[in-house]
Amino acid sequence: MTSYDLLDLAVRNLRQSKLRNGLTTIGISVGVASLVAMLSLGVGLQQLATRRLAGSGLFDTVFVTSRQDFRGFDKEDDAKAPNPEKSPALDETARTKITQLPNVMEVEPEIRVMGEVVANGETHFGFVTGLPMSARENEAFDNLKGKFFSSDNADEAILLMDFAKELDAKDPAGLIGKDITLRYGERQALAQEPSDRPAMNGEGSSGGDDYGFSVVRKQQPLRVVGVIDQEPYGGMRTVSRGRIFLPVRTTERLNMAQFTDMRSSLRGGSGKTYMTLTVRVKDPAKVQAVQDAISQMNFRTFSVLDATKSLRRFFTVLDLFLGIFGSLALAVATLAIINTLVMAVLERRREIGVMKAIGASDQDVKKLFFTEAGAMGFFGGVLGIVLGLGIGKAINFGTGIYLHRHQLPSEAVWVMPLWLVGAAIAFSIVVSLAAGLYPASRAAKLDPVQTLKYE
Amino acid sequence: MSATQVSTTTYAVRTENVTRHYPMGEGLIRAVDGVSLTIDPGEFVALLGQSGSGKSTLLNLIAGLDRPTSGSVLVHGRDLAKMSSEELARYRRNDVGMVFQSFHLIPSMTITENVELPMRFAEVERAERAQRSREALERVGLGKRLDHRPSQLSGGEQQRVSLARALANRPGLLLADEPTGNLDSRTGEDILNLIRDVSLSMGMTVVMVTHERAIADRFAQRCIFLADGKLMSEEVRA
Repeated sequence: MTSYDLLDLAVRNLRQSKLRNGLTTIGISVGVASLVAMLSLGVGLQQLATRRLAGSGLFDTVFVTSRQDFRGFDKEDDAKAPNPEKSPALDETARTKITQLPNVMEVEPEIRVMGEVVANGETHFGFVTGLPMSARENEAFDNLKGKFFSSDNADEAILLMDFAKELDAKDPAGLIGKDITLRYGERQALAQEPSDRPAMNGEGSSGGDDYGFSVVRKQQPLRVVGVIDQEPYGGMRTVSRGRIFLPVRTTERLNMAQFTDMRSSLRGGSGKTYMTLTVRVKDPAKVQAVQDAISQMNFRTFSVLDATKSLRRFFTVLDLFLGIFGSLALAVATLAIINTLVMAVLERRREIGVMKAIGASDQDVKKLFFTEAGAMGFFGGVLGIVLGLGIGKAINFGTGIYLHRHQLPSEAVWVMPLWLVGAAIAFSIVVSLAAGLYPASRAAKLDPVQTLKYE
Repeated sequence: MSATQVSTTTYAVRTENVTRHYPMGEGLIRAVDGVSLTIDPGEFVALLGQSGSGKSTLLNLIAGLDRPTSGSVLVHGRDLAKMSSEELARYRRNDVGMVFQSFHLIPSMTITENVELPMRFAEVERAERAQRSREALERVGLGKRLDHRPSQLSGGEQQRVSLARALANRPGLLLADEPTGNLDSRTGEDILNLIRDVSLSMGMTVVMVTHERAIADRFAQRCIFLADGKLMSEEVRA
């Protein structure tokens, strides 16, 4: 029998007992829907986590700190490393060296200083953070009001919404385009040792303030160009939340005094050092290599690479469990298929006998029941996808409401990728065919003489 | 009348000491017990006997629906006893047409679809299938009721559909198991006239099982009498 005839007869037979086959098909579709809903939840959660991490700008970033400064998170790593005092300082020389490493896109210092903004005759305290131009791609700027910096050396500022509200509670966005004054402490080199005490370290001087420096109050007019809701690179709050953002070159030019300056002034002679350098790597896949190269230079490094490794493992296990639970309903549906087809074989005994008498082979009969099982699997699969889609929409709608109540942007926690649609339908057909094995072979084995005698 | 039927054998069907035994509890039912007979090409033969005489079992053996316990059933030179189940299905499909006492039409299908069913198994193309089923139904006088379902037809008409279905693949051998058993005598005669006409025009061999002596006398060229699974006697008619 040709495939067309098989399919035609199978569908015709299925339509003969619409209620029973319909119920069985719905049973399959519930199974498929539960499987699909579970797996899509897994996929959605994984994508959400990945998106959050990627959007945070941490995936292609290595943070470099000096071993001289703080203790690291990893005590074993610290124990293996040489004495902190013998580690190199994170200064301009180190920055140049790191910039020259292969696959490094940019190396920017993390600058976070205290400042005061004078607006409308009032002063407001806040931390000032320097941002590289590449920060534009950070998800924090997705809902930027106004514009990004025109250049990395512009006298412009972007404010955090909270801070803008502090400046102008009624119309924080109205600040865009207005001028504010930033008051900050400038690090000014001392020309020479102020007393006649000998210099602690006269040799190997690098910066202009080997002897020490004073912090002098300065003012800088800035134009507000934009307002954002959240802080970019929020993952590494080394000091405190930045509320005022300046282009990174501008902050460097202004030579603002930082916390680490105190440490370097005590050490003396080491010149200006950075607390943290943020290294952006061309490709997330190259992060490990860059991280290793920087570690070789005896700096402490940190990236989220290790965190994502365990994250991926977690999601594999999660998907497995979700899949197992989702499959349970499909397993029950399989029994329904077997039951339905065994019933059909009993009911159609005579018909099977007639078909054999007029020339159907055992194989024809077997294939016919097989096709009926497969067709139920197909329709159940398609229906299940639709049903699953509905469940997913409901889940997303529900979480959307929940997130909205907590003043959070809505997120798709449930995502059905195209491969899952195909795989679910294929799986449904395969499972149904497996369920059809026994009834089909039972139908094929029927003795036509017996069935035709049966009246 | 397929090419395979062109053979040098002078018989259409020949059984050689064929037996069919069924186990029944401790004992054994000898439904067919050593029957040897020969049916010529184009012959109309009636198998007669009481119920339980083994005539239907013999017909099923010739139809390839059942396998003999021993002996052989030769049709056009081939031994059905030695065929695989796949070969037997092909034999039933292409070489045999069957008509049953209770018609055995599929109620959910129109009469056209019923007639097309054996051609589906034979993988006849759809266009040809439609044409051949129409021809067959016209031949049995149902050309105007192609889209009716069996339940909308009388018993005699249903038996005509059954005959049209048996003719669909143009077999050389027509087997009829009590074809008039469920019909009144008048309708039964009509059907047998039709069977005789069709078999003559198509050159088919007909083997009919019946317990009605009168009918056999009227239509069959030869009557074969069976009792207890054994061949008792033969009567050749005009």
